[in-house]
Amino acid sequence: MSTNRQAASASIWRAPVLFAILAALFVLEGTVRNGMFSGSWNTSLAMLNMGLISAITALGVNMQWGYAGLFNVGVVGFLALGGLAPVLISTQPVEGAWQAGGTRVLIALAVAIGTLALAAQARKRLPRWRSLAVTLVLIGGFVLYRWLFDPAVTAIEANNPARHGNIGGLGLPVLLSWAVGGVFAAAAAWAVGKVALGLRSDYLAIATLGIGEIIVAVLKNEDWLARGVKNVTSIPRPVPFEIQLQRNPEFVEFAQSWGFTAAAGSGVWVKLCYMLLFLVVLLSIILLAELALKSPWGRMMRAIRDNETAAEAMGKDVKARHLQVFILGSAVIGIAGAMMITLDGLMAPVGYNPLRYTFLIWVMVIVGGSGNNWGAVLGAVLIWFLWIKAEIWGPQLIGVLTSPMPDGDLKAHLLGSAAHMRFIAMGLVLLAVLRFAPRGLVPEK
Amino acid sequence: MDILNAAVAILNFVVIPAAAYGAQLALGALGVTLIYGILRFSNFAHGDTMAFGTAVTILATWGLQALGITLGPLPTALLALPVGIAATAAMVLATDRTVYRFYRAQKAKPIILVMASVGVMFLMNGFTRLLIGVDEQRFADGERFIINVRDFREMTGLQEGLALKTTQGLTIVIAVIVVWALFWFLNRTKSGKAMRAYSDNEDLALLSGIDPEKVVRMTWIIAAALATIAGTLYGLDKAFKPFNYFQILLPIFAAAIVGGLGNPVGAIAGGFLVAFSEVAITYPWLKIAGYLFPDWQPGGLLQLLGTEYKFAVSFVILIVVLLFRPTGLFRGKSV
Repeated sequence: MSTNRQAASASIWRAPVLFAILAALFVLEGTVRNGMFSGSWNTSLAMLNMGLISAITALGVNMQWGYAGLFNVGVVGFLALGGLAPVLISTQPVEGAWQAGGTRVLIALAVAIGTLALAAQARKRLPRWRSLAVTLVLIGGFVLYRWLFDPAVTAIEANNPARHGNIGGLGLPVLLSWAVGGVFAAAAAWAVGKVALGLRSDYLAIATLGIGEIIVAVLKNEDWLARGVKNVTSIPRPVPFEIQLQRNPEFVEFAQSWGFTAAAGSGVWVKLCYMLLFLVVLLSIILLAELALKSPWGRMMRAIRDNETAAEAMGKDVKARHLQVFILGSAVIGIAGAMMITLDGLMAPVGYNPLRYTFLIWVMVIVGGSGNNWGAVLGAVLIWFLWIKAEIWGPQLIGVLTSPMPDGDLKAHLLGSAAHMRFIAMGLVLLAVLRFAPRGLVPEK
Repeated sequence: MDILNAAVAILNFVVIPAAAYGAQLALGALGVTLIYGILRFSNFAHGDTMAFGTAVTILATWGLQALGITLGPLPTALLALPVGIAATAAMVLATDRTVYRFYRAQKAKPIILVMASVGVMFLMNGFTRLLIGVDEQRFADGERFIINVRDFREMTGLQEGLALKTTQGLTIVIAVIVVWALFWFLNRTKSGKAMRAYSDNEDLALLSGIDPEKVVRMTWIIAAALATIAGTLYGLDKAFKPFNYFQILLPIFAAAIVGGLGNPVGAIAGGFLVAFSEVAITYPWLKIAGYLFPDWQPGGLLQLLGTEYKFAVSFVILIVVLLFRPTGLFRGKSV
């Protein structure tokens, strides 16, 4: 936020105190059972795990916005693309799917990419007849692509459609798919960034809005890829299953020594394992990002963000740097997307709602403090906690507020629509922080 | 070869739906482009402004229907439109006062204003949900068709039918009236000239004594009216579902950018260009090919792209324009 910087006066204790308060909230959720908290460690840890994934997404957005001032409105698309990786990499291969048309689909996709590359080259190289050549290349490529693609897709989808009908995975370890998710998202970011960067700043926002919608539409409709709205279940887990733990007498004894039943204890144990994995990823990304920020590269990025014209005059290639940071940030979002699908164990594309996965992430980054990685993490976990809790607290609040009102249609309507209050609350939080504390809870140093 | 039936089929399945949709997009894009021209940012809240205006209009329609007031063959919603426009105008003026004015005074970067508009989008979305919920609402009443399929077949004796829904005819008529009124306002009245002057050159406009806050207020009121009309027509033609109004943001932006952001004529041309490409590319041409070339037996539906990818069409148009002509076909602004 280069336009309205406040005086840097934040105390060094600010971040630790805020993180301590956040930790206290999760401990309360885990231990105290009353109208406001559930008193279940399972609920508390489930919220924390999703909060950590949001934190990684927020780190990606923070790289793009906080370091470079790029407004990405397609976060949901990059998350969804990352989520495709566990399905394609680590689920078990589907019998007969590759034989049915796998190679043909790959050739078709290669033809599509080749056509675009050829068209781009024709536009760049040819001395004359340029538009004609580009049009011909595109039409020819499209016809060839459809001729290769359509029969292959029909064949794959016809292969045991009740259970599969998709291309299937490679059966590789699921942790590997997290990295692949990052690569998928990075590739999409390269394509969008190449076109939309270097133009007016809001063009990138509009272009990413579009690519986000399209990626989600592809996931919903391309059944051969990930079964579309029929969902892919049984995505392998990097941690043990609860049922295995419950059958293990040693574990049951261990859980009881901590005062948990076998069922609750196994749930907590699995969630702790996930938490550890997520923390490792989160902390490594923060470490790398902090090192990068302190390096000459980081100083250059901030110089570009704060004054593009001056940085360009100093010989910095602004467009190339923007593209670089846009790809890096999107890769991080893709990793988070793959982690989310692994945690859910389910790929359900109808769940990708832009309000939840794009704009809520933005609220997290702005509230936490754009440009500060710890701020993004704090904002993400805090806003996620509040978002979940608002579902319970909102109706209670409305209930208290409307209790003096006579029973009737208006009261019933207000009570019924309490769930929608979350959107108003989030909008108000975003606008208030943007205006009154544009540097967020933990400002950039 | 049966040219007459083919022409009727094209008219029925491509030209009429695309013209109505194009008119709705054009009205939406006009709002986006006016705000861009005067306030110089892309308003992400425009889709939800349309939804809010439509929601108020629907509530007013239900109120009128409960009182027993209808418009006969025309949808009652037309009578309720002024209520929707007034509520939406009050709403956007309030957001301008509390949100955007601060950043304007600060001369903040456009991207900050875009981000603030995202906050406003959340708010509007929440208000719409509070008012009417998230479910689909159908609120069209009155006569359903101007021409229906059976009458047309009996009238012409053709095998292919043609239907013109009241809402489609109405959309086009109202869009023509609104656009005519808008251009008359921009070109002939003093306030309209002030708006254009401010859009062309802010400093010069200030020097000639134009009150910038007045211009901004007028812009918001016009944008609110355009958004409510566009939203209501879209809702009458299809159905009102708040999430669809968020999704329509992409074709509207595509239309405004194709025409050149800040250029009203461009927004209208862009709206129809996007609508016709979308419908033509997602329509299965098999039937029409059957009339024209009865001997040809193509393998598929002759559909270039599935309907579920209609947003991809707007996106591709957007990308092509950004690559080849970033200021749009009609030379918009590039600030």
